Amino acid sequence: MKITEKPLETERMVLNFGPHHPSTHGTLRIIMELDGETVVKATPEIGYLHSGFEKLGEDLDFNQYITITDRMNYLSPLCNNVAYALVAEKLMDIEVTKRTRYIRVLLSELSRIADHILNIGMLAVDLGALTSFLYGFRLREDIYDLFEMATGTRLTTSYTLVGGLMRDLPEGYGKEVNRVLVETDKVVNDIETLLNKNRIWQDRTKEIGVISKEDAISYGLSGPMARASGIDWDLRVKEPYSSYEDFDFDVVIALNGDVFDRYLVRTEEIRQSMKICRQALEKMPSGDVIIDPGLGYSLPPKDEVYNSIEGLIYHFEVTMPNRGMMPPVGEAYVPTESPNGELGFYLVSDGTRTPYRVRTRPPSLMNYSIFSKLIEGHMLSDAPAIIGSINVIAGELDR
Amino acid sequence: MPLAKTFSFIKDKFPESVYDVTESSGEQIFHIRSEVVRDVLEIFKEKGFNFLADITAIDNLTLGGFERYAVVYHLLSHDSLERVTVKAYVAEDKPSIPSVEKLWKTADWQEREIYDLFGITFDGHPNMVRIMNPDDFTGHPLRKDYPRLGNKERDDYPVIKPAFKRK
Repeated sequence: MKITEKPLETERMVLNFGPHHPSTHGTLRIIMELDGETVVKATPEIGYLHSGFEKLGEDLDFNQYITITDRMNYLSPLCNNVAYALVAEKLMDIEVTKRTRYIRVLLSELSRIADHILNIGMLAVDLGALTSFLYGFRLREDIYDLFEMATGTRLTTSYTLVGGLMRDLPEGYGKEVNRVLVETDKVVNDIETLLNKNRIWQDRTKEIGVISKEDAISYGLSGPMARASGIDWDLRVKEPYSSYEDFDFDVVIALNGDVFDRYLVRTEEIRQSMKICRQALEKMPSGDVIIDPGLGYSLPPKDEVYNSIEGLIYHFEVTMPNRGMMPPVGEAYVPTESPNGELGFYLVSDGTRTPYRVRTRPPSLMNYSIFSKLIEGHMLSDAPAIIGSINVIAGELDR
Repeated sequence: MPLAKTFSFIKDKFPESVYDVTESSGEQIFHIRSEVVRDVLEIFKEKGFNFLADITAIDNLTLGGFERYAVVYHLLSHDSLERVTVKAYVAEDKPSIPSVEKLWKTADWQEREIYDLFGITFDGHPNMVRIMNPDDFTGHPLRKDYPRLGNKERDDYPVIKPAFKRK
């Protein structure tokens, strides 16, 4: 009898990762082709949270659309509010007051801290380190309390208006912010002590998902993703908006472009944001937070609307469908540095009270598009690390 | 002014294909025909505009313009900190335009998004399928004749008088 030896054959397996996998944080779906535990090919499927925000925007006027921007990057809604207000103001050629700009900077930086701290925590919890996630989440709670103090809500802030802010900061706000910043310092130090030199953490994150400088530019990456690959590009410094030129802070870059470096960039950016917050509180100018309602672009303060006939008339003038805010025919694009990268709004106006086209340049979409390239050749267990370090927000990705 | 030089260089190279150069809110907008978009963007890339920040499209149905659709490219130069907007006009009867995926990988998903929402196809794109809507979806929601209200998918599109010249 002849015995023929057959080599052991393996079959490629197709694995459906998500849309309800806990590490996808939302509704991401990836179809992975596996050879053993190695990912050979990954095809991300997006669009599970597509809600037609851009189509909706064509039916809403400029102030109404601000409520939609909250729902895009729901981890830092204030950055979205500010970005949209900036583009509408650029289109209408409105100059907002200095106090408005400083408050916008303060709150944007606070939401950057909240966003980064959650991202670091999530990245850690996906890799099995629960403690730093709990530390971060508790701090995020404090920051959300600050948002509640200023805007009245925790998540759907809708704080900005075209031409200013919904309301001024409450009394004693600076003291509360300082208290939270002291807390932030402790938490960041704690997280760094827990993770930076942790052997398991380093094994799981170093040399994983390496992005080269050329790839980062070709794939349109921005924000911490690009800076971790050694690109010295921060819109707050390079194209300052909303008085960012008044603040003194450093742009954080790292050179290796792996998951560990993206984590390091984010932690250091939290420290820089704290620096900006402190400066903003110190230099906070006094004055109004909204431009003169008589110009016909901004809503008058609610106090005046309820208590004086002039205020009520102005309010009607702005909100009535056949009058009020009439921007010139034209278009404007404003890029801002959101926690994830370049968040741009592109407005096209045909001269009516609703925009003709509202386009969001979502940083998550560009950052996520490099994912399939990063995961190929890595182990399946690296997928949560890479997704976590990209910080994909499905609301912004799909819009 | 290197930007003005680049403009005139492209104008000399493709005299037939450049419609106009305009300015809006301090942004330079370069209006071109869709056939040459890849060559024009390649020239911009060589001249230092290394970063394709955003691609989007506009349906000019009631706005007016040179053609029905405009595909809008926002370019950025990391060195000279300049931004430029390139608008390539796409005809209504044959909505297709060359893909720039070979120049910038970021164009891959964004061109798919435009295909999905506007129905403009990109020649030379490796994977021209819908990205936001399901594959069996009909219609292109961001077109101006796609109604905003109503339930289910749309099959009865209203007829809107166009503001641009139909051939």
